[in-house]
Amino acid sequence: MIEVQELTKKYGELVAVRDLTFKVETGHIWGLLGPNAAGKTTTMRILTGYLPATAGRATVAGFDVFNEPDAVKKSIGYLPEVVPLYEDMTVSGYLGFVAEIKQVPAAKRKAAIGRVIESAGLKDVGRRLIKNISRGFKQRVGIAQAMIHDPKVLVLDEPTIGLDPAQIREIRELIKGLRGEHTILLSTHILPEVTQVCDGVVIINEGRLMASGSLADLAASFERNDGVILKLRRAGAEEAALFKGIPGVDRVSAEGNELRVEWGRGRDLHDDVARLALDRGLGLREMRSVASIEDLYMKIVSGGLEQ
Amino acid sequence: MRNIWSLMKKEIRSYFSSPIAYVVISGFLLLVGFFFYSLVWWFNAQAMQMAQNPYYAQQININEMVFSPLFHNMSIILILVAPLLTMRLLAEEKKSGTDELLYTSPLSVGQIILGKYFAALVMLAAMLGLTALLSIFAFAFGNPEVAPWLTGYLGLFLMGATFIAIGLFFSSLTENQIVAAFLTFVTLLLLLVLNWVASSGSGTWQSVLSYLSFSQHFEDMTRGILDTKDIVYYLSFSAFGLFLAHSVIQSRRWR
Repeated sequence: MIEVQELTKKYGELVAVRDLTFKVETGHIWGLLGPNAAGKTTTMRILTGYLPATAGRATVAGFDVFNEPDAVKKSIGYLPEVVPLYEDMTVSGYLGFVAEIKQVPAAKRKAAIGRVIESAGLKDVGRRLIKNISRGFKQRVGIAQAMIHDPKVLVLDEPTIGLDPAQIREIRELIKGLRGEHTILLSTHILPEVTQVCDGVVIINEGRLMASGSLADLAASFERNDGVILKLRRAGAEEAALFKGIPGVDRVSAEGNELRVEWGRGRDLHDDVARLALDRGLGLREMRSVASIEDLYMKIVSGGLEQ
Repeated sequence: MRNIWSLMKKEIRSYFSSPIAYVVISGFLLLVGFFFYSLVWWFNAQAMQMAQNPYYAQQININEMVFSPLFHNMSIILILVAPLLTMRLLAEEKKSGTDELLYTSPLSVGQIILGKYFAALVMLAAMLGLTALLSIFAFAFGNPEVAPWLTGYLGLFLMGATFIAIGLFFSSLTENQIVAAFLTFVTLLLLLVLNWVASSGSGTWQSVLSYLSFSQHFEDMTRGILDTKDIVYYLSFSAFGLFLAHSVIQSRRWR
């Protein structure tokens, strides 16, 4: 649905995006992950036709971004980093204007406004002036305007930035609810956002592609070992030795009251590890997978790893 | 066409949802009303005196003594008012980031500029239309000629349309509304008084300067002379301003 090939964007001497290539499948939610100034916004601006690229190709919903910009603009809904709101308009007046310029036919406009007000949870503020609503609602209005022409593709630039934790959760739920109907590319510099919301991720740093793929694939390709981290009542050498005794376990390390148990990829020793902990009454408090994309992201961003 | 209309509606609504429209229109009407009143007062006094002498009585002409100077005054006020109408049109979109919505919608830059231009023209027409109500008194109690009155208003509208096009250009250059307004004001004032320099020059230089000046082309219209040359001047000047605004926006995106 979204295909980017060797995309490059230069601002004068500064190279914001360099030879970026990635692909997002129809109906998936993908994250564009990278630290600040990694080139996320630039990439999105090129995809939405706001900026032309210096070199390379991009297609959205089968249309070339450079040759068929109007077709692309009709099939894309875009939430820019700074939500483009006219503060003097009411929420529904604003959505009506966006519906007009996105060329929703006059007969369908009212239904379209009703639909996005419903799905973005804006019922209570529809008649209020945008300048008088809270930050969280403004962000929802931003998402609502992106959906007004029922686009196949949604491009959301940092949709949860600047919101409080409750609002962040609401916006994430809203985005998750759009999976399947829309193909979504969202940018973020927060890793948990990707792991909670997205199916796949494109990691970029300093304009370069560092890694891309579905979350499961990425984790698999970067972690040679599989394993779990156990939080126990007490995790010392004694407990470590117990787990080391399980056939197949390669390595056990202890840190604080956590025990990291690893085994070769391909086996599945989760049950054995859990059973041992329960049988011995070790006070199991938590058990989580070590195949964490967090390690990967930190490695990539700190420059310790290049694909 | 529908896109231009959508943008135009939005701009007009935004003029009236902020204080700009009310403040500018009422200030304009107050000033024009004052000038009209004082000109009529002066005309009355003159007419009284001149009526004593049958030779001068022939010369009393309300068009030349009231409307022509009134139109000139109005053109000066428009130089002050036009920058206020145009300063936010493109500058504010850029500052608030809403330009990103416009340029990622299936609209052309030309449609965006024309929508905004027409909205400002509607404001101009509304302002001029309201001042035309003042003339009702002149028509009710005197007998001015209609033709020079009409061409005078046409001249004001064309000149105002040119002011707005220039203002739109300066609004495209910056995201600061005050800078846009001030640059517009300076440019308009210079273009208005360009013929002062021309009067002391000579040859080609003089004719170029006086051709470029607004006032030269407006002069005839206030006297009821409708010359296609003047209309072409204003229309091409407006088109040039819009073209420049268009180029600025295009080039900014391609940089």
